[in-house]
Amino acid sequence: MTISRRTLLTTATAATALPLVRARAQTPSLKIGVLNDQSGPYMNTGGATSVACTKQAVEEFANAQGMKVEVISADHQNKPDLAVSITRQWFDRDGVDMLLDVPTSSVALALQSVAREKNKVYINSGAASSTLTGEQCSPNFIHWTYDTWMLAKSTGGAMVKAGGDSWYFLTADYAFGKQLQADTSALIKASGGKVLGAAQYPFPGTSDFSSFLVQAQSSGAKVLGLANAGADTVNSIKQANEFGVNRSMKVAALLMFITDVHVLGLDTAKGLNLTESFYWDLNDRTRAFTKRVLPKTPTNYPNMDHAGCYSATLHYLKVAHDMGVAEAKKSGVETVARMKKMPVEDDCFGKTQIREDGRNLTPSFLFEVKQPSESKGPWDYFKLVASTPGDEAYRPLADGHCSIVKA
Amino acid sequence: MIMIFGIPGPLLFGQLLLGLINGAFYAMLSLGLAVIFGMLNIINFAHGALFMMGSFAAWMLLNYLGIGYFPALILSPVIIGIFGIVMEKTVISRLYKLDHLYGLLLTFGLSLVIEGLFRNYYGSSGLPYQIPSVLQGATNLGFMFLPIYRGWVVLAALVVCFATWFAIEKTSLGATLRAATENAPLVQAFGVDVPRLITLTYGGGVALAAFAGVLAAPIYSVNPNMGDNFINTVFAVVVIGGMGSILGSILTGFGLGVVEGLTKVFYPEASATVVFLVMVIVLLTLPHGLFGKRA
Amino acid sequence: MFGFSRPQWIGFLAMVALIVVCPYVLYPVFLMRVLCAALFACSFNLMIGYVGLLSFGQAAFFGMGSYVTAWTMKFWHVDAVIAIALGGATGAVLGVCLGYLAIRRSGIYFAMITLALAQMVYFFCLEAPFTGGEDGIQQVPRGHLLGFINLNDDMAMYWVVAAVFISGFLLIHRIIHSPFGQVLKAIRENEPRATSLGYRTDDYKLIAFTLSCMLAGVAGGTKAIVFGIATLTDVHYSTSGEVVLTTLLGGLGTVFGPVMGAVVVSAMENYLAQFGSWVTVTQGAIFVVCVLAFRRGIVGEFGAWRKLAL
Repeated sequence: MTISRRTLLTTATAATALPLVRARAQTPSLKIGVLNDQSGPYMNTGGATSVACTKQAVEEFANAQGMKVEVISADHQNKPDLAVSITRQWFDRDGVDMLLDVPTSSVALALQSVAREKNKVYINSGAASSTLTGEQCSPNFIHWTYDTWMLAKSTGGAMVKAGGDSWYFLTADYAFGKQLQADTSALIKASGGKVLGAAQYPFPGTSDFSSFLVQAQSSGAKVLGLANAGADTVNSIKQANEFGVNRSMKVAALLMFITDVHVLGLDTAKGLNLTESFYWDLNDRTRAFTKRVLPKTPTNYPNMDHAGCYSATLHYLKVAHDMGVAEAKKSGVETVARMKKMPVEDDCFGKTQIREDGRNLTPSFLFEVKQPSESKGPWDYFKLVASTPGDEAYRPLADGHCSIVKA
Repeated sequence: MIMIFGIPGPLLFGQLLLGLINGAFYAMLSLGLAVIFGMLNIINFAHGALFMMGSFAAWMLLNYLGIGYFPALILSPVIIGIFGIVMEKTVISRLYKLDHLYGLLLTFGLSLVIEGLFRNYYGSSGLPYQIPSVLQGATNLGFMFLPIYRGWVVLAALVVCFATWFAIEKTSLGATLRAATENAPLVQAFGVDVPRLITLTYGGGVALAAFAGVLAAPIYSVNPNMGDNFINTVFAVVVIGGMGSILGSILTGFGLGVVEGLTKVFYPEASATVVFLVMVIVLLTLPHGLFGKRA
Repeated sequence: MFGFSRPQWIGFLAMVALIVVCPYVLYPVFLMRVLCAALFACSFNLMIGYVGLLSFGQAAFFGMGSYVTAWTMKFWHVDAVIAIALGGATGAVLGVCLGYLAIRRSGIYFAMITLALAQMVYFFCLEAPFTGGEDGIQQVPRGHLLGFINLNDDMAMYWVVAAVFISGFLLIHRIIHSPFGQVLKAIRENEPRATSLGYRTDDYKLIAFTLSCMLAGVAGGTKAIVFGIATLTDVHYSTSGEVVLTTLLGGLGTVFGPVMGAVVVSAMENYLAQFGSWVTVTQGAIFVVCVLAFRRGIVGEFGAWRKLAL
């Protein structure tokens, strides 16, 4: 009696877990897994819009060529161990061939070894850390859209040239913030500037930056460098305005997306300098792309992360079609090698080239946020200040110490 | 320039002032928590979520109904207070006879639900809320620029804290409430409707949290996680002050704000944890907190 | 020897049977996650169910065990047995230190002190260089067990984890069903009387606390090897909250409650991961429902219905 009831209960529970077991697909089709933050501080940066852009690329290419491609997504909640768990399951059981997006550097780094172990393709559009193509590089990996070095050179370098030669940093006290501060400091010093100090605040969990901002003001530096992202950047800018920091210092948001500017509003964000590798209103091609994808993401215009997902998917599908789907599925290393050989071209970034260490050389654009009076329509936020072509925007190959690069 | 411990004097005073401003928030939030625990013996883990709802109510009033900041200061606490009363009547009142633990777990669960729902509908980046124009700008105090709005926050917090303390300690309504929590059947025998009094008190504590939420909206962007950032510190404040002591919470709130502000100058990475260090030290030496009186 | 009644023996055998059969049907990595969570919950249950102490800081011991095991596996290349043992030892040492401070208080004050101490451990892990901060310790090798069993094979790893879990489970029940366990029960029922009988209750409570923390450390260490990563999430207060939820859902103070709770919570997280934010809402809703109507948890309610103690 007791045996059957007890076993019944546990078996019932096991049965609810049965959806975990699925038969493998019979026809060769490709599966793309978009993994990003869908509920936390970076949900507007990547989130559902990344998935929409990925599906857009699938629609445009795969359907036209008659390829079968499936797109799935999950929320990694910015937790490396959850991401590892989901990714292993995706690769082992669900037959995912390409892992895409993955913002948050700690998560992005954790997945390098998983993709390498399972020999799948891993393309990162959302994370920033430049070690992904440096010491942690991998033959299965492409860093698509931007990185900390590119941001440092564009925003940092340009501001020093414009007279901002003394800096004070407000840094999120974790790997990404420290890396961004380090990369930018190196560039400032190389351009003849000085770093007067830095305040490293506990991350996550700080929403009040007032005391750090006051310290920055009293340092006398000309530029306030914000080495943080997402909600932290939004809050620090708001409070910088409140304390009149922007009257005596220029504020450099080292990592900021158009989606963050939208949250801040032009009144608060006006005059800020930031770098992106994509802007929806930059040229006819970017405008055309935005028009195509907007119906799928009506409340959120694409930023460089989203555009990167579209561009990466498009290129992957082109290469997979070229190789043959069955071949592409077999080896991630082979597929990535082909992706590096084939030049990249699309409406978002134009013509780019993927380098040996996995770095996609997108151009970088320094933007200034418009004054409210200058903005003529929805999401009309940026004016172009300077641009750097792809082959100059990124850290030189030799400086990265990437192990897969032949010396 | 005077240098104190290697830090320029003006900077130190600036930080003390900022610490005091943060302390005002801690005091206001812990006040609501202390009222609820002291009077009702409920450990209200949902307090952070209710604070967040107060902020959102102000934002919604502005964006959906066009109602501005000053009316929101009154309306938001009322609305969220009513929500709190509904919550108490339907869910929380069932746990009065049980161990503290269950009240804690229940309100913790409620906070997860509330924050999760808001996160689903409003995302996590935060929504903008402007400082009302009459409070914008800053005055130059010589050693720092003090935004007028922050000065207003300290003032409002002091007034509300004093009013609450006065109401509970010095009025007859407060006396009745205190009596009811010590010996409910006896007070009921005097003809006082004790359950209603308890419900209204819970609503009052929630309204205090919502009021703090409206004050916070222009400074921190209105986002579903804003409660999380405060709740740990606020609990520490209540425990240090003595769970149930109104005066304890107010004084400790301001005090901890100053301590935190000083830590930010000398060792900023530790500023989030210094509160816990203080809590451990206090609890080990004074078992019921600084002003606690109940066992 | 373990104090199991007949229904409990049957339940235990059924559980072992499932552990043996399931990896051939379900995904082994998922099952390993369940087993680690179950061991963690069982260790928590030892304290809350049998001693009556609610600790809100168990993540500190779980996480530190995880970090130490990860570190020793990755940088010292030790055998997996030693690494997990070191994880357990870390949990125990930390348990003694923090427990000594916390045991003097009880009830809500105990819970708050454990929460505060765990927050300090979190801060330590955030700043200390060896933990790798936000990145955590990554690419921890699976290594070998006892020198010859290659743990890179998922199935081999699974049997090791299953063995660790079952040993831990039996150890807990050996402790409960012993003279020491009897004293613990007495302390839970009426501490002043136990003191008046001459027992130094604080010492007993501290020992129980330390044992619970040791097992939490073992669970954390095992988890680190399975997933190859040890991160700040392991020491975060949400992990402490999750183990409370797991045990409450399964049934506080029951034998199989924590295991059942771990199965349900892990399955739910797995299934709901694709829905993003709804995981938090659902967890919260379950908390609320459990506390209001379902206080004895799944196993507890089932046991009450069949008039069995499970």
